[in-house]
Amino acid sequence: MTLTSKTSPATSPAPAASLAPSRGANPVLKLVTRILDWPMAGLQRLIGERRMPYVFLLPNLVFFGLFVFVPIAINFVYSVTGGPALFPSERPYVGADQYSYLFDCGSYVDPNTCREDHFWRGVYNTLFFSFFQVVAMVGLSLLTAVVLNMKIRGRGFFRAVYFFPVLLSPVVVALIWKWILQRDGLLNAAIMGLGGERTLFLTEPGWAMFWAIFVSVWAHMGFYTLILLAGLQAIPSDIYEAAEMDATPRWRVFWRLTLPLLWPNLIVVIVLSLIRAVQTFDEVFVLTGGGPGTSTLMVVQYIYETAFSNQVQNFGLAAAASVVLGIVLFALTLAQLAFTQRKSS
Amino acid sequence: MKGTKMLLGCALLAASLGMSHAQAQTTLRMTWYSDGNEGEVMSDLLRRFEEQNKGIKVVLDQVPFKAINENLPVQLAAGQGPDLARVADLGGVARYMLDLRPHLKDPAYFETNFGPFLEWMRVPGDTSSIPGFMTQLTLTGPFVNKTLFEQAKVPMPGPKATWEEWAKAAKDVAAKVQAPFPIAIDRSGHRFFSLAITQGAKVFNDKGEPAVIDEGFKKGAQLVFDWHKNGVMSKELWGSVAGTAYRGANDEFKNAQVVMYESGSWQIGQFDKTIGDAFDWVAVPTPCGPANCSGMPGGAALVAIKTTQHPQEVARLVEFLASEPIAAEFYERSLFVPGHLGIAKKGLEYKSATPQGKAALKVFNEGVAQLSPVATKLQGYVHNRVIFNAVISRLGQAIAGESSLDEAYQRIESDVQQQIAERTRK
Repeated sequence: MTLTSKTSPATSPAPAASLAPSRGANPVLKLVTRILDWPMAGLQRLIGERRMPYVFLLPNLVFFGLFVFVPIAINFVYSVTGGPALFPSERPYVGADQYSYLFDCGSYVDPNTCREDHFWRGVYNTLFFSFFQVVAMVGLSLLTAVVLNMKIRGRGFFRAVYFFPVLLSPVVVALIWKWILQRDGLLNAAIMGLGGERTLFLTEPGWAMFWAIFVSVWAHMGFYTLILLAGLQAIPSDIYEAAEMDATPRWRVFWRLTLPLLWPNLIVVIVLSLIRAVQTFDEVFVLTGGGPGTSTLMVVQYIYETAFSNQVQNFGLAAAASVVLGIVLFALTLAQLAFTQRKSS
Repeated sequence: MKGTKMLLGCALLAASLGMSHAQAQTTLRMTWYSDGNEGEVMSDLLRRFEEQNKGIKVVLDQVPFKAINENLPVQLAAGQGPDLARVADLGGVARYMLDLRPHLKDPAYFETNFGPFLEWMRVPGDTSSIPGFMTQLTLTGPFVNKTLFEQAKVPMPGPKATWEEWAKAAKDVAAKVQAPFPIAIDRSGHRFFSLAITQGAKVFNDKGEPAVIDEGFKKGAQLVFDWHKNGVMSKELWGSVAGTAYRGANDEFKNAQVVMYESGSWQIGQFDKTIGDAFDWVAVPTPCGPANCSGMPGGAALVAIKTTQHPQEVARLVEFLASEPIAAEFYERSLFVPGHLGIAKKGLEYKSATPQGKAALKVFNEGVAQLSPVATKLQGYVHNRVIFNAVISRLGQAIAGESSLDEAYQRIESDVQQQIAERTRK
């Protein structure tokens, strides 16, 4: 199949755009491309070369639309309807009632004054969790990446060790840590073996949030370390050689050279970990169940429980909370795009 | 001619094979959960049913209890449910149940033997439908680790002892034998109300509308709250999770960490099987309060689902399983309190149970006579899950220190009001 331009040869990207198989190509591939060549060429003549990229994007767009945009639209429909019925057509239209109920607060900084206080507790817990989790995640990932970039003994082994938790399912991670942290868990056994007192790590609000953040960082740090390690390895070594010749102190090299050159990767890590933190559900749900009380209840858990787990399923309210969360995540994604574009320009 | 005859013979054979194949085509799907061995018992009984009814095949889909409460209602609402299901939230899924009366040979048998429980399976206003039968009647009540009492040399309170007396005794025992849980109560609305009703909770006003917070309720809530403060109860159940999540202490009781465990009759089967002779355990009558010594009734029912394409076959199966000899065998082998009045009256021997299991079943069977009308009414109330959810969630927050009891009471009232309004919105 050859995509050739009907316009001037100067503007034609002929060699690059040619999809014709090279001389030594697989015969099956040759056959397939020959079969596809004439309808595509015909289509190109019909709609013009400029519109052809959209033809190639169409299959993906259809799938994306079907499994992302259509569910978003359905979710929005649920958020403006009420009652227990499952099908949107059977649900009465209630306008913005669900949103009004969610946002009905005496003071937004005090969840106790809100009618749906669980939602707001979830919001504040998610904000707290996200801030400390992202700070810890970025800091520790950076530190680990820097150390793993040094010429240390067993570097390959340690790189594998730090990445290994990423391969585990979040539920498995949470269950392992639950066994470690519970009343008769490994940690309490160790503490008591050393003469200390048993601590109920998962029933004290402060400890529960600490371990929720710790476990989340432990489970995902390897992924972000890998991104930063790739960034560190892309920094040309001659810059460091020049700094060494100038006898620049190490901390200054890190601060003035490494960090600025690593900044694009750091932005990616910050934004990705922030989005993931806001979406946190599985690990914390299995580890603490959102407790004690509601001290580790996250927004996504609130949505899940409101919609499915309460036995009294309130799809409308859960859908409204999902829309609010979706808007926050959209804003974060826009921020990432803005950062990236600013850096590029 | 010979060839024609042979062809005709072959055609007749093929037609008869086809017909018998068509008869065997009716497949019923039954969604089932198990607390103990009742899934195995049901499989046996279904095999017997299939032998007697060659045209019907029953597929038993065994799922966790959580799936019955969370996934099944969504499936039913979507019209994708099974032909039959074993459910515990009877009022909650009543609107998806099929009235089997037109298909039953003897509806009066069901009225006579399951009458009071059929009301739990009906939507408000319906006074006659027969959607299924009770696979078990449950009753909340406490299990006590007798060995711990003996080791601590503390006398066990008597049958009419109060909750406070049990709390004191359990705390003494726990202190002496270093048990971490003097009293454990399942994090469940049913279990809380078994305590609150003994304290005088009425749950409904004179018009029959929910009026959850009253003096009796407050006394019960205060007891649970105080027990968490003074170490009679650990925060690991009620204070450990958010929302309406269920938490039980089965494993802790089986590991001899609990002195007194307020749960219910459905635990007997598994305790009988798993505890063995590790320690002596007994079921004791529900402790008394100023109002009564009532537990909370409950149970599970096998019900037909409206969307079934085979109501006749479903009715045949329900008739078979609800028949007295089969139902008696099911209750007896599963170690359940019978939900069949005729069988309950005659009594069951529970041949497969250990002496401990038999004794526990006797206590729970006797407890049925102690039931308060408030408890029965609450169990039959179509929105009882709304009340249970609000209580678990808000009391849990108070126990975890996030709110005061007074704030919890206000929240319970507003939650119940809001959720019933949402559930009945048309």
